[in-house]
Amino acid sequence: MTQAAARPVTGTPPRAREEAVATTRRRRGKVGQETTNWSTMVILFLCSLTILVPLYVTITMSLKTTAQSVDGNAFSLPSPISFDGFVQAWTLTDFPLHFAISVFVTATTVIGTVVLAALASYAIVRNWEHKFFRWSFFYLLAAMFLPFPVVALPQIQLTGLLGLANPVGVAILHIMFQLSFSILLFTAFLRSIPLELEESARMDGATTWQTFRQLIFPLLAPMSATVAIFAFLYAWNDFMMPSLIIADQAQQTVPVVQSIFQTQFSSNYNVAFASYLMAMAPAIIVYLFTQRWVMEGVTQGAVKG
Amino acid sequence: MTTPIAPASAAAGRLVDAAEHGQSDHLAGGRHDKKGRSRVDPVYYAFLLPTLILFTLAITVPAVLGIFYSFTNFIGFGDWQFTGLTNYIAVFQDPAVLSGYLFTFGFAIVTVVLVNVIAFMLAVALTSRIRLKVPLRAIFVIPMVISGIVIAYVFQFLFSNSLPALGNGLGIPLLQESILANPDLAWIAIVITATWQSVPGTLLIYIAGLLSIPGEVYEAADIDGATAREKLFRVTLPLVAGYVVINVILGFKNYLNVYDIIVGLTNGGPGTATRSIAMTIFTGFTGGDYAYQMANATIFFIIAVAISILQLRLTRNRAASA
Repeated sequence: MTQAAARPVTGTPPRAREEAVATTRRRRGKVGQETTNWSTMVILFLCSLTILVPLYVTITMSLKTTAQSVDGNAFSLPSPISFDGFVQAWTLTDFPLHFAISVFVTATTVIGTVVLAALASYAIVRNWEHKFFRWSFFYLLAAMFLPFPVVALPQIQLTGLLGLANPVGVAILHIMFQLSFSILLFTAFLRSIPLELEESARMDGATTWQTFRQLIFPLLAPMSATVAIFAFLYAWNDFMMPSLIIADQAQQTVPVVQSIFQTQFSSNYNVAFASYLMAMAPAIIVYLFTQRWVMEGVTQGAVKG
Repeated sequence: MTTPIAPASAAAGRLVDAAEHGQSDHLAGGRHDKKGRSRVDPVYYAFLLPTLILFTLAITVPAVLGIFYSFTNFIGFGDWQFTGLTNYIAVFQDPAVLSGYLFTFGFAIVTVVLVNVIAFMLAVALTSRIRLKVPLRAIFVIPMVISGIVIAYVFQFLFSNSLPALGNGLGIPLLQESILANPDLAWIAIVITATWQSVPGTLLIYIAGLLSIPGEVYEAADIDGATAREKLFRVTLPLVAGYVVINVILGFKNYLNVYDIIVGLTNGGPGTATRSIAMTIFTGFTGGDYAYQMANATIFFIIAVAISILQLRLTRNRAASA
């Protein structure tokens, strides 16, 4: 049971591993003890079951037959193993269509957030002495204090009027709600880039656009990765906004579509769980390959926010 | 953060190529206005303005419009008239709104305490002398990357099917009925699920805080003969106090918006026992209470801003005293 759910963990990027090893060494060196704290490890393994058991249930339920899945025993192993749930979930939820819509919304959000936030942050940091840019920064950051429910009703109304009650409208709103956090990260990073680098490029006659495109944007790459991964997680997993903004249910994103297992197909547990698994898998896979940036983003966002 | 040298010089090389093609003669800081400030390259406006305009249209206009309508009797379409503070007075006297606020604040307080205690203890354990640090950390962060609504659906199954089956099998009467169907206990399921989902983010911030404590501090404590417990309460906890403040306030603000998890677990029920502020506001669009719920949303907004100001104050004070 532990094996099944622990398997993805072996995909840890080598860099993160090195980092952790380095941390361990540093700590050990300072504390001056080499012994492993086994009792803490046992407690941690027991705690990790609270994470692994729901994931185990999701995986095993999705591999059961409908007959076995309705017996109420969530912790039994599937016998026989059946992929029927996945086959049915694929057609019942119209998975390819909604997956494509989710990919569209997520990709637009990620690209839009990185490009708009990077451009705006660069303009703000390089013209900080000008009121207009300084105030724009605080204006854009103010959205951090604005919960979505507060502006939801007028946004539903306006997107309806403008013909944006669809995935395009959701992507635009996602970008706007993701801007504050992203601009905060980008501006902090930009301030740490020495100005001399840019000045020498300017001496050689580069325009502002060329400086940004060929010098600054490549330098921002690690921060862009962090910004992108958070935009990805937000857009891929969001339920509240698409469920309220997208008017036509045929255009809904993957998380919103899962509600059909509450209304129409409420006793096909194996199909429901197969569908849940297909909805969560992309985010988990992306996370396992990008852990380092997730960690950095949370830390920096907290320290600077 | 260190600047990566290699890509930087490569990029600079490309810039020289571009410059040799002679596209511009612009020099940074070359021109100044009367007050002596450097003039802004118009390109910077082109960088910033699209974002400002979109942001204004997508966030500011709806916010202003919504607050405006909260002083009217608008129902979402058609004619409307100014009604002054009528909506606000009604909101304050509405038992449904009041119970929504009570439930949401109660939920947020319980969850924020639970999440922070669990995340802090896990962070201490995960930064102690253990093996398999990276895989363990990876496991504990997984819930952060799963959609809240999917988590809620999985837990809804566990609470309404698996736990009662387990309760029947083991003969534990408390577990035999689904707690989701019990108006007095359903909130516990929501707290558990929300905690499961939001421990990881809080945990990562605490890990960063714990790693920022220099090892010398513990060496000094060791020399003074401090016990493990003393080190935790007298050294570690005071040194990560700022991170506690951040986590508590960020978390509290998040939990006040609780929506996905409730939709997936109870959909506000049984009855309206677990209906949050966000859910109450959203009924404004289907229930014809647009202006009324905008008054509710405006009050909610004022509360959110007040909490944010409190956050700024607390974190500033910390910076000043540090």
